[in-house]
Amino acid sequence: MQLIASILVDGISYGMVLFIISVGLSITMGLMRVVNLAHGVFAMLGGYVAVALAAWLGLRPELAAALAIAVVAALAWPLERWLFRKVYGRGELQQVLLTIGIVFVGMAAVGTLFGNGLTAFTLPGYMRDTIDIGFRVLPKHRLAVLLAGGLVLLGLWALFSRTGFGISMRASVDKAQAAEALGIDTSRVYRYGFMLGAALAALGGILGAELLPLEPYYPLKYLVLFLAVVAVGGMGSIFGSFAAALLLGLVETASKYLMPEIASIMFYATMLLALSWKPQGLFGRRA
Amino acid sequence: MFKLTRRVMLATAALMLSTSAWSAGVVKVGVIGPFSGPFAGAFGTPFRQGVETYVATHGDKVGDTKIEFIYRDLAGPDPQKAKSLAQDLVVKDKVQYLAGVVFTPNAMAMAPLVQSAKVPLVIFNASTSVVVSKSDYFVRTSNTLPQVTVPVAKYALEHNVKSVVTIVSDYGPGIDAEKAFASTFEAGGGKVLESIRMPLSTSDFGPFLQKIRAVKPDALFTFLPFGPPTYAFVKAYNENGLKNDGVRFLGTSETQESDLQALGDSAIGLETAYFYSGAHDSAENKKFVAALAKLDPAAVANPATVSAYDGTHVIYKMVEATGGKADGAKAVAAVKGLAWESPRGPVKIDTETRDIIQNVYMRKVERDPASGKLVNREFKIYEAQPDYGRLAAK
Repeated sequence: MQLIASILVDGISYGMVLFIISVGLSITMGLMRVVNLAHGVFAMLGGYVAVALAAWLGLRPELAAALAIAVVAALAWPLERWLFRKVYGRGELQQVLLTIGIVFVGMAAVGTLFGNGLTAFTLPGYMRDTIDIGFRVLPKHRLAVLLAGGLVLLGLWALFSRTGFGISMRASVDKAQAAEALGIDTSRVYRYGFMLGAALAALGGILGAELLPLEPYYPLKYLVLFLAVVAVGGMGSIFGSFAAALLLGLVETASKYLMPEIASIMFYATMLLALSWKPQGLFGRRA
Repeated sequence: MFKLTRRVMLATAALMLSTSAWSAGVVKVGVIGPFSGPFAGAFGTPFRQGVETYVATHGDKVGDTKIEFIYRDLAGPDPQKAKSLAQDLVVKDKVQYLAGVVFTPNAMAMAPLVQSAKVPLVIFNASTSVVVSKSDYFVRTSNTLPQVTVPVAKYALEHNVKSVVTIVSDYGPGIDAEKAFASTFEAGGGKVLESIRMPLSTSDFGPFLQKIRAVKPDALFTFLPFGPPTYAFVKAYNENGLKNDGVRFLGTSETQESDLQALGDSAIGLETAYFYSGAHDSAENKKFVAALAKLDPAAVANPATVSAYDGTHVIYKMVEATGGKADGAKAVAAVKGLAWESPRGPVKIDTETRDIIQNVYMRKVERDPASGKLVNREFKIYEAQPDYGRLAAK
């Protein structure tokens, strides 16, 4: 009984971490349909900028994190304007080539600026402790991730189904010409969508840094993880990403408790099964 | 294919003999290591800094012979490339000595070449026991896994640790460490309650540690590749309440200096056994740390830096013994049994195995009141430890 409870607690909290680090990608790649392999670069930049702001300006961690997210979103603007925009309509190969190039540039730049070692983002004191939940303890940081993940999910759902921007966004992706004919400024919609994706990536990079520590190889090392969540969830579905993250988190955690040696195999086996059952992903729509 | 390589080797050797007169006065040393890529921070940069610190403090000449270092980048385990880099260094650059090498497979791939070209290779890392026995021209100045693991097990037995869960990353070195620890610990009457092997790609260590918490051992013994996995593991060790429950953390290289500050307060109290601490209290180490800081104020004295520093010492002694002439056999013979005071403490090259015999220190991580930085504070010495792996294999 206690074992099952432990698996659930750890699995859901790990799944939430997976969700929070890949939710940005479910916007750029899931909704906007750009094969964005550079997602990890934005996530890593979020973490590094937060560390730098906290260290250089002596800011509180929360403030440094919020500013870092804004900085990354601002940085995404010129990148979208002069790089990503050029490949929106092109084939997937071109998108892959461009974004993997950005990955290498990002890794080299961060390695030069911050060194090739590990960099740690210091959490505020109240997130560093553990909390006693009766039969065991849980890091408070995980609760923060659970809360943040829930808020992001709710916020995105409201944004995409309840606001004009969300409707324009979906229209621009599905029927760009019709949307333009109706007077929707699709390039503006894309720009904001992309910046939102980058900002969420940064948030994930910062909140996920306890499990996926910051280092210059971050974007390449965890790329498969991000892609797995979005692919299993299904392109174009935020809820899909959420469900996939929870599923993958639970399966991996359960096997860590029961059969540690094959824990990572189970992660990929689940991915394989889910995709053979539903090639479009759990909640995928046909593009 | 094999015959062809043999011929190339022979030609190389002949070429080296014929050109040695021409290049008298200069001895070249080829250093192979990960100077770019994910291992640059923990190995490549420290290698270069170790060599440069030695040159800065001892000069770039041995007698009349000038020593020149040539660096070649090998980012990861890549035996084919290791071999071709070494071959290029020997044939084109005409180096008299090779040095560096982080990964065991790379060192293994270079063994036949080194053997037939009679070029001594001073290994700065590659710490699998068996490596040095693969060529008569290999000398190692780092450590072996059993060498640092057996003392941890002894320490545990001496300090009232009765039961242990071993938890290691599921790859060669992790499994070696698990076995070396378990055999010593159980032979001394300790009990290994469970042996967990974690997939290398693990990022969430919480479940493993919850599992250990349920078993309630006196301590856990771990081996992880340092960098990100160690960081996340140490965090999880604290956050899952193992520290508060009194499950002690025993390890080896986890708290090495290049990542120690990033681990933060969660590392305080971790107990590890290793051959070098940046905080080692000796005149020799203070001199070394000061010289390193003069070279690069941001540099951190790391086990890899010291291995490279000592390796350079060995090469200088080889050049001294051969008077700058290419004579691999004489060079290696000259350093067998060589003993000196290293920044890590007294060390000696084993006459028989060409491996390093050194003290292994038990350390505890604490915050240094003077500098405010985390340090590995030594509190117990296991003197002149041999490579237990080779002893066990006999």
